[in-house]
Amino acid sequence: MSGFRTLFLKELLRFWKVSVQTIAAPVLTALLYLLVFAQALEGRVRVYEGVPYTEFLVPGLVMMSVLQNAFANSSSSLIQSKITGNVVFMLLAPITHLEFFAAYVAAAIVRGVVVGLGVALVAALFVPLRTEALAWALAFAVLGAALLGALGLLAGILSEKIDQLAAFQNFVIMPLTFLSGVFYSVHSLPPAWQAASHANPFFYLIDGFRYGFFGASDVAPALSLAVLAVSLALVSGVALALLRSGYKLRT
Amino acid sequence: MHALAGVSLEVKQGEFFGLLGPNGAGKTTLISVIAGLARADAGRAAVMGADVVSEYRRARRLLGVVPQELVFDPFFTVRETLRIQSGYFGVRGNDPWIDEVMHHLDLASKADTNMRALSGGMKRRVLVAQALVHKPPVIILDEPTAGVDVELRQGLWQFVRRLNREGHTIVLTTHYLEEAEQQCHRIAMLKAGRIVALDSTRNLLQTFSGLEARVRLDADWPPERLPAMAGTVVAYEGPRLTLRLESARDLEGVLAALRECGLSVLELELQPPDLEDVFLRLTGRDAR
Repeated sequence: MSGFRTLFLKELLRFWKVSVQTIAAPVLTALLYLLVFAQALEGRVRVYEGVPYTEFLVPGLVMMSVLQNAFANSSSSLIQSKITGNVVFMLLAPITHLEFFAAYVAAAIVRGVVVGLGVALVAALFVPLRTEALAWALAFAVLGAALLGALGLLAGILSEKIDQLAAFQNFVIMPLTFLSGVFYSVHSLPPAWQAASHANPFFYLIDGFRYGFFGASDVAPALSLAVLAVSLALVSGVALALLRSGYKLRT
Repeated sequence: MHALAGVSLEVKQGEFFGLLGPNGAGKTTLISVIAGLARADAGRAAVMGADVVSEYRRARRLLGVVPQELVFDPFFTVRETLRIQSGYFGVRGNDPWIDEVMHHLDLASKADTNMRALSGGMKRRVLVAQALVHKPPVIILDEPTAGVDVELRQGLWQFVRRLNREGHTIVLTTHYLEEAEQQCHRIAMLKAGRIVALDSTRNLLQTFSGLEARVRLDADWPPERLPAMAGTVVAYEGPRLTLRLESARDLEGVLAALRECGLSVLELELQPPDLEDVFLRLTGRDAR
């Protein structure tokens, strides 16, 4: 267990040392979204009954920040270690593939949740926040961050260069999070786009998280949680298998 | 294409072992297989009986590796780096040993300096320290003195010799043949993934190198009138004669032959065997 503990603490220390970049910057980005979208769309977009648009938007932005930062943490840490070569120090140590996986994912969860909390706290200064079922929100935040942390680890393993990772981030993670209903309720979309949204696993993460705030969602939170659990199991399984085989880490 | 083929070799506990060979001979590949950084297509490697694949956790705890590449984590200071490395190996509360290692490697004054701010030689010292944090009984140093100044080299060898005296097994790869000659009890020479020589340093030197004898005679003597001698004349210039001998035993015969011609020896200098000669003869190319 000591390998896990140290690797986990090292990962926390790593992002903490550059917290302006890893925590403050994403909080600011989310607040800019809040400012611009609330200004442009408040009163023009119908979401849930009795929920103003800005209030609806905040949980979506919080969860988007959680997901993107969880992904960024594990993926960028691993790719940097691979490129600079210092991944060798972990590979030489008696760390199991399970410890390696757990440490990277746990650190990704912490980073995601810390950034999400930051966004929520600052947003709460401007927008009243209700929390109808906080336990759901927490479960989605933690498991969602775990999914993205595992996905980031997978991307970090598969990528050999920074631009390959950036492509994964820009062409997969960003579109999936943007089109997941952060900025709108999928009920307001035409049927074809509604169906497309339901094929996006990130939709269930945002929708389930939002349920924790309003007690209302586009689909039942239990279904969302099931989609999340299955996705997490799948991505973790693949990442663990690659770590175990040493794919692109050991020659 | 195989980086290694049919390498079979056992390093004994407590030995100071040298792994020599030209670039691309397979030294680093061999080390990578032992350290678990590379997987062999076939064959088996073990550290003190622990298989590096099936018992990799035990094998890695027994092993400390100083990698050849000058790698570091730019987020951390020297002390943080060494604490983290200790933790990877399950060693907690390791500060007394970390301090001792830093002291011996002359790193103590840099303990709280970020890795990025260190010179190349200092980074190399940290690499050595990282390999030692868990007090491994077997230590592999892959080109530890490449690009390192004389001062560090001496300090490093002193420390490594001490570790060896205390019972640590040392495996060294180096391009500096004089280092291998000075430090290693036994040497394996690799060429194109195969072992071309494996023997004690002394035996290798005696078997392959021979002796060079430089003689100054009391008279200028035409070379064609020299008698047949044990040993080959490699140079003859006036009264100065250079001979290659198989061993010191041939010297008596040489002196006797010269006496028969009425020549006396005024000066005699014996050149000790040199590992570089052995290396060049076995690998057939310049080692540096």
